[in-house]
Amino acid sequence: MTTIDHSLSVPSPRSITEPALAGKTQNMVLNMGPHHPSTHGVLRLVVELDGETVVNVAPDMGFLHTGIEKNMEYKTYQQALVMTDRTDYLAPLSNNLSYVLAVESLLQCDIPERAQTARVLLVELQRISSHLVWLGTHALDLAAMSVFLYGFREREQILDIFEMVSGARMMTSYFRVGGLAYDLPEGFFPAVKAFVDVMPARIDEYEALLTNNLIWQERTMGVGAIDSAAALQYGMTGPGLRATGVAWDIRKAMPYSGYENYTFAIPTATNGDIYDRYLVRMAEMRESVKIVAQAATRLKDMGDGPWQTADRKIAPPPKIEITQSMESLIHHFKLWTEGFKPPRGDAMVAIESPRGELATYIVSDGSPKPYRVHMRAPSFINLQALPHMAKGQLMADLVALIASLDPVLGEVDR
Amino acid sequence: MTWLDILILLVRCLVLALASATLFAYFTLFERRLLAKFQHRIGPNRAGYIPLPGGKKLFGGWLQPAADAVKLFLKEDVVPAMADKWVYIMAPGFAVVPALIIWVAIPLGTWPDGMGGNWLHYAPIDVGVLYLLAVTSIGVYGIAIAGWASNNKYSMIGGVRASAQVISYELALGFAILAVVMQNSTFRTEEIVTSQGLIWNIIPQFLGFIIFLIASTAEVVRSPFDLVEAEQELVGGYNTEYGSMKFALFFMSEYIKLIAMNAIAVTLFLGGGNFPGIDTLVAAIKTSNGDTIAYAVQGALTLGAFLLKTTALSFLSVWVRASVPRVRYDQLMHLGWKVLLPLGLFNVVMTAVFGVLFPADSLIAKIIMCVVGVIVVVIVSATATPKHAKRGVTLVNPSAGN
Repeated sequence: MTTIDHSLSVPSPRSITEPALAGKTQNMVLNMGPHHPSTHGVLRLVVELDGETVVNVAPDMGFLHTGIEKNMEYKTYQQALVMTDRTDYLAPLSNNLSYVLAVESLLQCDIPERAQTARVLLVELQRISSHLVWLGTHALDLAAMSVFLYGFREREQILDIFEMVSGARMMTSYFRVGGLAYDLPEGFFPAVKAFVDVMPARIDEYEALLTNNLIWQERTMGVGAIDSAAALQYGMTGPGLRATGVAWDIRKAMPYSGYENYTFAIPTATNGDIYDRYLVRMAEMRESVKIVAQAATRLKDMGDGPWQTADRKIAPPPKIEITQSMESLIHHFKLWTEGFKPPRGDAMVAIESPRGELATYIVSDGSPKPYRVHMRAPSFINLQALPHMAKGQLMADLVALIASLDPVLGEVDR
Repeated sequence: MTWLDILILLVRCLVLALASATLFAYFTLFERRLLAKFQHRIGPNRAGYIPLPGGKKLFGGWLQPAADAVKLFLKEDVVPAMADKWVYIMAPGFAVVPALIIWVAIPLGTWPDGMGGNWLHYAPIDVGVLYLLAVTSIGVYGIAIAGWASNNKYSMIGGVRASAQVISYELALGFAILAVVMQNSTFRTEEIVTSQGLIWNIIPQFLGFIIFLIASTAEVVRSPFDLVEAEQELVGGYNTEYGSMKFALFFMSEYIKLIAMNAIAVTLFLGGGNFPGIDTLVAAIKTSNGDTIAYAVQGALTLGAFLLKTTALSFLSVWVRASVPRVRYDQLMHLGWKVLLPLGLFNVVMTAVFGVLFPADSLIAKIIMCVVGVIVVVIVSATATPKHAKRGVTLVNPSAGN
């Protein structure tokens, strides 16, 4: 790690508005958001403009603060899981996974191979669906409106699979501590196969519209570039960091859920501009399709089997057992009234969410409710680099830049 | 001019105004349905349909424009407290009037009235082409004034962008039209149409046609040059603060201007309402059915051909909108000043040289000009475009495990 560059900082909104109110600047101060078509939610940007050139930007967050982390302290471990769906609402399964892995690491319990494989499969589908929303909104922000609708067509297929397994399209809560909520349903494999078969051609279709499109290249190449040193210092992760040339992917660096057993690559690029972030995400979608295909083959080969841990103190016993065994009835009762009690201590597990390194930190005081839950939200941290990248660019580039960072405001504010 | 003539003229003007408003309304429907087709959607298909036996529905959505108009009429009309009230109210008028009066100088077809006039050409003025140029550029006042009067930063940027953009592309547009004027040696629009004959101006003026298409798209601030109202950047651009009918007027002026620009392109480059065989057909009807019917048939056919060609160009506009991203402000200026303007100049020079070297209406000259135009377009699009090294991603660590 190199030395810290103190010139890299994040300006506060007031540092821009106050000089303007005092009449100390000739520049126009524009309040972009919280209600603006391109801030991807309720992000407020205080933009200082000289003509159309961005002199300074200050992100102002907190308009979507929902108190999710605090709320989780008042719920048992199983109940708190539901809250995680709502942070990064474009990738609920990734949030589920991060939380569930942290709790499981507190409990030190074993997860059946089948559940782990299903998790990998679904999380990779989630990555594709999240990237499709990113692609669509990014293209829409540069007024290439058709790509948006093409992307949503494929996302629909993924959401149908999620609905099939969990009953919900977005707020899935499908991963539970100890395994999955239910077994994989009938018709799951044909649906996944249909998607895996069709997706590579569809990615080609999006790329045909954008990758070599001259206007797209002109709008994105060399715009909003950041070098790897600055990106690392801001703590950027995910495609934004990989576009600067740093091959940092938690799936490879600290594998979880058996990622070490899959064949896939980390796409990286060197320029760190919007175009490279676009290329990296497109390549990531292709890699994810490969992982989904591998996971589906494995799951099929495994056949039927347990989908949650056999530890009855963590995962509820099947209904049939409850009618026959007194002990099972007690477990069931205890789990749904009191919840399980992890030992005192803390755990932090990071996963590679579609947006970057998503880590959940949990402190347990030995009670059935977490003492403290904190999420290292990649959207929040990646957003810090926005002023650094936006300075000197044009106003239209700022819109493209926000889209290329792909922030989800639910996750930024939590 | 008797009172009867004045009455007839008034009725004709009313018909034209209503026709262009209807054309606008159905163009929005055309665009929405077509965009939907491009994007795997259905588009508006509920408002008004003709039920067929078997539960099928015909012409679904044909009342959608009416529904939209009613909705906009019934909306609350808000004037922002800090706006410059009268200018704010007048701006939509400034925008919509030029859009409507463009049409008088465009020959929509040929329907001789038997007295040397043409029912389908309202104002056969000597400087018809200059009139078209003048009126299309007046339209930007409405946008600039709206942006200023709204007292909103987004509107302001939109208005300033509009002025800069229209002024920049005016020149290239002017040069493209000038070459046509030189080609046909007249400023009268109807003479430009007739003198094209069967070899439309698009052949000798191929380069001019391409310049005109691009510059007119920018002139009417249409995608991909719609920076003026770039929703993603400027919320609504100059019309951010406008609602209800005032917004509808801006919307209307924009679309009517788009159709009018396509109509001008048809007039200048695609032979107006003419199509091969029309003359022999009209002559045949004249001998069998007499002048009046022949003229009526000629009028209907030429108007139909004119609208068909305009629709084809409008289809192109919608197609472009569905396909390409928006250019950035500096890139727009670069294209206008550094590419289109020199090309337009070159085209004028080329037309002048060929006009001197070859006798009038020489077919060989036209073909050579077409070939030169195609070559220039190919060379310029290959060289003037910025070069980017082909980029790709590096796949790190493709094997399983660490």
